[in-house]
Amino acid sequence: MLINLKTIPNLIIEDLLLEYPFLDSFFSNNNIVYQGNEGKSLADYFDDLGQEHREDMAIDPDLFYQQLVEFVKQMISFLGKDNEIVESITILPGNDKSGIAEGFTKLEIKKGQIISIVGPTGSGKSRLLGDIEWVAQADTPTNRRILINNDKPDPKWRFSTSDKLVAQLSQNMNFVMDLSVYQFVELHAESRLVENREEVIANIIKKANDLAGEKFSPHTPITSLSGGQSRALMIADTAILSKSPIILIDEIENAGIDRKRALNLLLSENKIVLMATHDPILALMADKRIVIKNGGISKVIETTIEERQILSTLEELDKKILSYRRKLRSGERLLEEESIH
Amino acid sequence: MNLITVSGPPSSGKTSVILKTIESLKKRGLSVAVAKFDCLYTDDDVLYKNAGVPVKKGLSGALCPDHYFVSNVEEVTQWGYKSGVDVLISESAGLCNRCSPYIKGIKAICVIDNLSGINTPKKIGPMLKSADIVVITKGDIVSQAEREVFASRVNSVNPKATIMHINGLTGQGSFELSTLIYDEKDNIDTLKGKELRFPMPSALCSYCLGETRIGESYQMGNIRKINLED
Ligand SMILES: Nc1nc2c(ncn2[C@@H]2O[C@H](COP(=O)(O)OP(=O)(O)OP(=O)(O)O)[C@@H](O)[C@H]2O)c(=O)[nH]1
Ligand SMILES: Nc1ncnc2c1ncn2[C@@H]1O[C@H](COP(=O)(O)OP(=O)(O)O)[C@@H](O)[C@H]1O
Ligand SMILES: [Mg+2]
Ligand SMILES: [Mg+2]
Repeated sequence: MLINLKTIPNLIIEDLLLEYPFLDSFFSNNNIVYQGNEGKSLADYFDDLGQEHREDMAIDPDLFYQQLVEFVKQMISFLGKDNEIVESITILPGNDKSGIAEGFTKLEIKKGQIISIVGPTGSGKSRLLGDIEWVAQADTPTNRRILINNDKPDPKWRFSTSDKLVAQLSQNMNFVMDLSVYQFVELHAESRLVENREEVIANIIKKANDLAGEKFSPHTPITSLSGGQSRALMIADTAILSKSPIILIDEIENAGIDRKRALNLLLSENKIVLMATHDPILALMADKRIVIKNGGISKVIETTIEERQILSTLEELDKKILSYRRKLRSGERLLEEESIH
Repeated sequence: MNLITVSGPPSSGKTSVILKTIESLKKRGLSVAVAKFDCLYTDDDVLYKNAGVPVKKGLSGALCPDHYFVSNVEEVTQWGYKSGVDVLISESAGLCNRCSPYIKGIKAICVIDNLSGINTPKKIGPMLKSADIVVITKGDIVSQAEREVFASRVNSVNPKATIMHINGLTGQGSFELSTLIYDEKDNIDTLKGKELRFPMPSALCSYCLGETRIGESYQMGNIRKINLED
């Protein structure tokens, strides 16, 4: 089926839907109620609607044809899946807020790596994440450049909605929709055109439950999830459903979830993880940390063996705090020499 | 002069986005003025003034705000042109969702927010469907999944638009927007003869003319009745 601006008015709705099932939701989102008119061409459908009705619905057939052709083109390329796989991103230095060149030559981050970003508030951590999301080409205040697979990136990474380079876990993790956990994940899976939907949804809910302290069911309304449960669901959902190869975490507060498992889940889906953080545990869980000062990357530090040992101590402490919290909440007394579990 | 029209539902983040974008434009040495159109009330002019941005405001009062916009946009353009600014931005709230004050050949930006619900893209007509750039705000208070679902709904009613996510509070993304809206080669000195992208609804009924009483016998002109049959 040849779809372009010339052919589209004469194509039969039924044939279009048969060839491109995703058009069903496209029609519905555009308020085109084709049901009962499947046998008609689009042009006949619009003619039969009548001028007055078209004006009422604010439908302009020519604009609709243009949008439809563009949408089909985007979806075909999205479903094509032989898209470029992101193996690495590379940050090339720019300058700090005073215009002084940054103190590194080149930083390559590979699939499966975790990088943390540390520095005082206002130093430029979010700007660095922004540079990566925008695939900066010396056209942001920092003058940094970002390469993908060691090459100048395809401009599509900036603008595509279906193929975004970056998924962000937000600082605030509220849900605003009024849906159950299952419906919520289903909606997301639908918009991603996932095929084995049931299986994927069940997997996400299971993984989220592994991350969260307290369990929740698929029927729980998302708005009644606790902070920890919401974060867990969001991380599992992003890890499994987002096609984006890079996950940015901007100062998320991590109470109530198992941080190590969360990061492992993201890594098991072959993501690149960058996180701006003030949390020493997260900072040390990374393979490397980027130190930002006055808007520029001043150092890139590899986590040392000694630091990893310190990390284990911190994690023990963290577990202890968690277990104390659990006990206090359930009305128990705390005992000094108690072993942790 | 570049002219950019920004529209979007009330409180979607238009002013926040425009102010942050102006900061970036100014850093590049460009001068910017704003014309704000609203219906009954607005404080936005104060916000712009405080940011050092020359601003004019117009309140449509008892008139249809979008008709008011079209009737005044040429005058406002002349004001901007004579003040010698590089960029004039108009901000107007889309109040009835049916209208779109966009003009052919003039960059059109629609600002909507993630909080408005995933069916919103379906409900907003030409204001969203015929925009060149759609800015989605308030992503900081929803989940990644909601952002993706919302953006994909926007994309399905306007696949040709450039869709951008901007945080109106921190300005994240506004620098990027500023690079898309200014074009050195664009030079608008008048809108005379230009056309709207979409016709506005034709309406003239007794209530347009000040009638306040309810009941069939007071209704004249363009009247349509709700269908209550099953
Ligand atoms: N959390 C959050 N709040 C935002 C964001 N953008 C705007 N706001 C807030 O939303 C409210 C409305 O923003 P405005 O920029 O005034 O919206 P507007 O579209 O100009 O509103 P009107 O001109 O009155 O129609 C303000 O309180 C902003 O601070 C955002 O990205 N995130
Ligand atoms: N290299 C730079 N040159 C100019 N401005 C910068 C640079 N780096 C950061 N900024 C600006 O500094 C401000 C604070 O940066 P931000 O990334 O929000 O800090 P953080 O996230 O660390 O608190 C932002 O307005 C940002 O655009
Ligand atoms: Mg920050
Ligand atoms: Mg405003």
